[in-house]
Amino acid sequence: MSAVPPFGDPLLSARGLEIRFGGVVAANGIDLDVFEHENLAIIGPNGAGKTTFLNICTGYLTPQAGSVRFEGDELVGQPPRRITRLGIARAFQIPQLFTEHTVLENMLLAAAVRERSWNPFRSLASLPQRGEMLELLDLVGCADLGHKRAADLPEGQRKLVDIAIALALKPRLLLMDEPTSGVASADKFAVMEILVRALRTAKVSSVFVEHDMEMVTRYASRVAVWSQGKIQMTGEPTRVLSDPDVIRTVIGG
Amino acid sequence: MRRAALLLVVALLLAVPFIAGPMLTLGTIVLAKALAVLGVFLLLQAGQVSFGHGMFFAVGAYSAAYIGAAWRGADLFVLAFAAAGLSAVAGLAVGLFVARYRSIFFGMLNLAFSMVLFAVLEKFFHLTGGTDGLRIRRPTLLGFEFGRGSFDLVLYYFVLGLGLLCALLVWQYLRSPIGQALKALKSNETRLEYIGLSARNTVLAAYVLSAVLCGLGGLSLGIVQGLATPDYTFWTRSSEFVFIAVLGGTGHVVGAFAGSLVYEAVRFYAAALLDDSWQLILGAVLIAIILGAPGGIIDLPRRFGLAGRGPRSDPAAGNRIAGSRRPHGEGAAS
Repeated sequence: MSAVPPFGDPLLSARGLEIRFGGVVAANGIDLDVFEHENLAIIGPNGAGKTTFLNICTGYLTPQAGSVRFEGDELVGQPPRRITRLGIARAFQIPQLFTEHTVLENMLLAAAVRERSWNPFRSLASLPQRGEMLELLDLVGCADLGHKRAADLPEGQRKLVDIAIALALKPRLLLMDEPTSGVASADKFAVMEILVRALRTAKVSSVFVEHDMEMVTRYASRVAVWSQGKIQMTGEPTRVLSDPDVIRTVIGG
Repeated sequence: MRRAALLLVVALLLAVPFIAGPMLTLGTIVLAKALAVLGVFLLLQAGQVSFGHGMFFAVGAYSAAYIGAAWRGADLFVLAFAAAGLSAVAGLAVGLFVARYRSIFFGMLNLAFSMVLFAVLEKFFHLTGGTDGLRIRRPTLLGFEFGRGSFDLVLYYFVLGLGLLCALLVWQYLRSPIGQALKALKSNETRLEYIGLSARNTVLAAYVLSAVLCGLGGLSLGIVQGLATPDYTFWTRSSEFVFIAVLGGTGHVVGAFAGSLVYEAVRFYAAALLDDSWQLILGAVLIAIILGAPGGIIDLPRRFGLAGRGPRSDPAAGNRIAGSRRPHGEGAAS
């Protein structure tokens, strides 16, 4: 495995992850380090196990073997809520919002959990994080959506709000599953531009699953290529994407 | 406008003994049941229906019977604190088991627990008085003893005060982050875990609170009737609370009181009209409400265009309980 050496200790480090669903091997010895200040793109054909990797890292799935460490803490065996509190937030391929709440309430709930504001005599709307959350919404380009009910948003905006909720948790690492799928293709680059800027402003490292190679070249600082539950190659985007084997598995199909 | 309407209702409730004296006991029963309905209402915010909350109703009533028997002239406040404390303990004990289950499993598990309590109360005759139940002695209030007539008045105001206080507390609870998390659990439990919150503990906190409310309701009704019987935890009693909650509407705490009032009034007059078939009229009323006003009784003014501002979110959403969506796993598959 050719590893580009970003400096320092890894933020997240996965070793020997294995998971099987019946006959399907979704992770077959995954070793991967994620470093601070990087935007790591995960690419690969459908069914290669990209989302499975995110699911393992966030505690949604327990691998049959292997370990994932995040700043020294073992993540395998911990439930999503604990991993979230350790500083790993997740945005979903299909946005997971509190649909009956307004966008701002969605954000405030995340802030309340982050700050452990459980005083029952204080209402959610009056939390001191209100201003911070409005700023964050502004940062992801959703400044005027605060009072809309999440269920009433179009898919593209739901996607952004989903990511904003994740950022509201002030994570160290953000895992995103196809952040721009569902966003109109004309807006894709604008949206990703906003996201990358927001990540930089918030000093959050990220891992994102992506299918659009142009998106990867433009916004990823490093790429990992998934194939049949294994990592075929990792490295700098332009180099990896010009590799003939990668072109065959990922792009050529 | 809504605030003015609310103040008017509170004023009317305070004036009940003067303008409708003969209805005083009925009024107390309405308020006692509304307390228990408030508990069921709270869990409905998370989309969870309990068909067993009669068990905490029984805990409240039996605690009054036992304490009253052991300590003649126990104070009403002492009884209320005891009922609240004991039902909180019972709520925590049962809640630890049921809080991880959802929808039909949650409903049935609660039902099972309540029927176990029913069987225990019925079979252990020498301790519980069996089917006849236990007598509840008339308590004192702040050291004063009351005769029958004046006690009815005192009890009405006590239960009214308790009801208003609890309604206010539940209203505030639902506005607070933990209460909003409870509502959020209904729309997306996956996201709740992924913002770092335990869905189980969120339900558990509400469950204990709902048990306390039912306990206070049971205590109140027990004192009105002067009797605690196993019927308090029979499943029809628990279903009655769910029925009333849906009838009143789950969009606002006021629904619990409106539902209870209409339920008892319909029952009272229907029984006078049709003798043994009052359930028929009650059923027809519920069908009419569900079809005509999915938001319950409290949604009626809005539907008739009387109130300018309706509730912010879809009021019908409150009643979509049975088929509650569980999006666990959505978008998580590869």
